[in-house]
Amino acid sequence: MHLRHGAFSYLPELTDDEIAAQVRYALGNDWPVSIEFTDDPHPRNVYWEMWGLPMFDLDEPDGVLREINECRATYPQHYVRVQAYDARLGRQTTALSFLVQRPAHEPGFRLDRVEVQGRVQQYSMHSYATQAPAGERYGR
Amino acid sequence: MNSAFGLERPGVGPAPAPAPAGEDGPATPELLPDDAKVSLDDDDASAQVLQVLARLDTDLIGLAAVKRRIREIAALLMVDRARARFGLSASKPSLHMSFAGSPGTGKTTVALRMAEILHALGYLRLPKVHAVTREDLVGQFIGHTAPKTKEAMAKAAGGVLFIDEAYYLHRPENERDYGQEAIEILLAEMESERGSLVVIFAGYPDRMGAFFASNPGLSSRVAHHIEFAEYSAGELAEIAELMVARDHYVFDAAARGAFTEYLDLRMAQPQFANARSVRNALERARLRQANRLVQAGGAVTRDDLMTLTEADIRGSRVFGRS
Repeated sequence: MHLRHGAFSYLPELTDDEIAAQVRYALGNDWPVSIEFTDDPHPRNVYWEMWGLPMFDLDEPDGVLREINECRATYPQHYVRVQAYDARLGRQTTALSFLVQRPAHEPGFRLDRVEVQGRVQQYSMHSYATQAPAGERYGR
Repeated sequence: MNSAFGLERPGVGPAPAPAPAGEDGPATPELLPDDAKVSLDDDDASAQVLQVLARLDTDLIGLAAVKRRIREIAALLMVDRARARFGLSASKPSLHMSFAGSPGTGKTTVALRMAEILHALGYLRLPKVHAVTREDLVGQFIGHTAPKTKEAMAKAAGGVLFIDEAYYLHRPENERDYGQEAIEILLAEMESERGSLVVIFAGYPDRMGAFFASNPGLSSRVAHHIEFAEYSAGELAEIAELMVARDHYVFDAAARGAFTEYLDLRMAQPQFANARSVRNALERARLRQANRLVQAGGAVTRDDLMTLTEADIRGSRVFGRS
């Protein structure tokens, strides 16, 4: 199952040059860019691990790409995304977020139905990937 | 083909179709035939370079050796561009430089011009200079240096990384100093073909010599070692004229003579910093001029406001001591 997460997720995978162009657009808007990764693909998992600190005061995307590649090399089977923050409103607002790496095989999700009081049915999502402990998912 | 809505799935399905042939057409213009002739200075970039070189000549006094070297570099890059149009590829020229010169000889100013020239010729994406010193590159504990150096390089990406007083990176008396780590990271970046960064090491001549002698790997990867000569008294007087004119002041005739005398006295004193000392001297002359006008009271004319007189120059301590 192909996880559709963030911007451009219905497009073919971005090449590094295309990633650089998107990062340049973000930097041109004065949005600091940061890199995050996770191996828990649940849609409600909002806060991913940070790869280093957000990068401030850049003009060109080379440094961001270098960090992306280092993160990919360290976590070759994790989801990696680029986040750009718009700080103009006085709070950290995500202006742009897109995946730059995904695992080769994504097992997808199962829908769990739970019957609670009064035969009311509730639903939850169960990610097959998270059946393995963190760090051992996606056949690392 | 239509599974996944025709979109590429990583690791699944057929490889994406190769890009259409015409797609990279505009990026690489057609090669010229072998017997064609091209003019070296007819495109926009070359015109811009010539403009920057001309401004270099008018704005910077003296520095003949530096200007000649910059002209040579600019010429090489212009020739390389012309060669590329015939399909004659050459390895990407190494543009990392070292500027060795006494204080106030224009190293930073020339670095700014260099960035403009390299940008005009398409070797840099931005005409900007990110100036750093040891504190910006070297960390204070293990594991602190690499992120700091990489951050500095990321900020300079696409432009010039100007390392002022570069010899402080190397501290021979402390073998556990983290400066060496910063040098190694810089070297790796300078080596890489994909590097989009020009590194300029700047500092005072004697200590730069020692710095490169103790880092032979670094010295051999810096293609251009440029020496900035000391200014002569005449050149400093010209620089002073430029500075005065830029701030919309004028010397009167007596003041001009006094300033020449001042330069002779000041150059003999220790801690003379060439153009920087001249600028400081002019700043103080402006203070004295302002003070003189306020003390005199009454109305002033435009000329009064613009003119630096002999008294403003002679008020300096340099005259008092002699």
